[in-house]
Amino acid sequence: MRVPILKQGDYLIASIQSALSDEDLLQLRDDLAEQVGKFRSRAAIVDVTVLDVMDSFAVRTVRAIAHMIRLRGAETVIVGIQPEVAFSMVQLGLTLGDVATALDLEEGLAYLNQQA
Amino acid sequence: MNLKSSKELSLTVRSGSDIVAVRQQGRELASHLGFSDVEQIVIATAISEIARNIVEYAQEGKIQIASLVNSGKKGILIVAQDSGPGITDIAQAMQVGYTTGKGLGLGLPGAQRLMDEFEVESQKGKGTTVTMKKWVS
Amino acid sequence: MTRKLSLKKPGENQTNTSESAMMLLRELVAHLRQNRTQLREEWARRITEAQLLTAMTREEIFIEATSVYDNYIEVLETGSVEALQAYARNLSERIIPRGVETHEVVGIVLLLRDVLARSLFAKYQADFAKLNRILDAYEPAANRIANTVAVGFVQERERIIRQQQEAIRELSTPVLQVRERLLILPIIGVIDPQRARQLTEQLLRGIRTNRAKVVVIDITGVPAVDATVANHLVQTVDASRLMGANVIVTGLSSEIAQTLVTIGVDLSKINAIGDLQGGIEEAERLLGYKVLITQEPRPAKTLDTES
Repeated sequence: MRVPILKQGDYLIASIQSALSDEDLLQLRDDLAEQVGKFRSRAAIVDVTVLDVMDSFAVRTVRAIAHMIRLRGAETVIVGIQPEVAFSMVQLGLTLGDVATALDLEEGLAYLNQQA
Repeated sequence: MNLKSSKELSLTVRSGSDIVAVRQQGRELASHLGFSDVEQIVIATAISEIARNIVEYAQEGKIQIASLVNSGKKGILIVAQDSGPGITDIAQAMQVGYTTGKGLGLGLPGAQRLMDEFEVESQKGKGTTVTMKKWVS
Repeated sequence: MTRKLSLKKPGENQTNTSESAMMLLRELVAHLRQNRTQLREEWARRITEAQLLTAMTREEIFIEATSVYDNYIEVLETGSVEALQAYARNLSERIIPRGVETHEVVGIVLLLRDVLARSLFAKYQADFAKLNRILDAYEPAANRIANTVAVGFVQERERIIRQQQEAIRELSTPVLQVRERLLILPIIGVIDPQRARQLTEQLLRGIRTNRAKVVVIDITGVPAVDATVANHLVQTVDASRLMGANVIVTGLSSEIAQTLVTIGVDLSKINAIGDLQGGIEEAERLLGYKVLITQEPRPAKTLDTES
């Protein structure tokens, strides 16, 4: 299931709707990279509220997304990591490196607007 | 699947969607056993890591999930088996950060941190069996 | 859903050829129905005699006795314990807060089993062979009933105990919202791994509920800050940052911090400030200050107002 990506001004917003397969996540990575380039977006927000598990593959791919987007001069903000998921991630020792995070979409947008 | 009647599951894992399926089933059983939300996700994440190892290194394997009871305490048992290349040096594989494949290589030690009991049996060329347990707190 | 109760297989016992298990059960159930009033009374009497259910009044005992008796008959008739399980859970939920204990519940169910068994002896005493067959049908069912009720009661008790434990844990670790978007978590007492886990979970849920952007964790009241505690703190900081919140730790004296660093604990991610007051001031700055220049780069970028 392809993740829908919405354009909101200078930003792209990708809202994950359901549990993603590996292929879906990789597709999201490619879609975002393409669209950031196409629209010259300043940032992409990826909303993972719905994801109940973020394992090492998901974290790898999210970091890859941020990397590819940075190569196109834009920033990535991950929003909506749930308490249980955050807890599991740190127990597993998974980090998002220097990828920005925010509580939810609203906070993510507020953060990006402050950066402007 | 009606989890009330059968408390043991056995699933083949050979693709990414199998990984999602088996961890969701694991989560459901965990929920049924009375694990908290956090514990359910911790278990699902551990299953995901182990299942991912199978897909990445052995291409195919089997994961069994069952409920446990011990002196009134309930728990979940997960056994992941494959006939893949096996792990030559288990101690090395259990070190954080070690990897021969792609990525962070956090599968085994990570899963161990998440679960209460954790065992790996493996022989080069003969496959790997990972057994893990978690108890309702 | 009817389930055949286990009986001797056909051919195993020659005297069983003419009567089937179902017929016996039907006869049994009919007997119990016919004698419902006096058997139930007898049972209630024996409950009082044995000084069980003292937390309940006679009327209450009678009402519950009626329900249990009818459920008992239903199990014998249908072979299904579902209704009984539901009733047992419901009953347990009601009587546990009244102080009724496990041995009482097990006791009264066994008493009913005995009362019914005795009435069967009385009725079939002339025909010993038939009495045997009736008991063959009755006993497994009666034992299953006793088991179902006892297990239902115990499970309900365990559930309540877990709930109470959770409530106690939450009470002992309040997460306080003192300003908008600012949470304070004062930790007092020893932190064992389980409590640490529970603290982290509570805090993370609090971040979501209160939409906190800054969290101040005060560990002044923690008697022993060792590597384990420090690692739990680092994990809590990391997890909070994943949710977009900054964490300030107060009460971590510089001596202790030094010791931990010497041991090898990575404290670089912890924003440590001497006391709670200073921590709150720093938090307010983080929340209200538009532009903030820091000396060192933060490893994980979060929703602070730095550029």
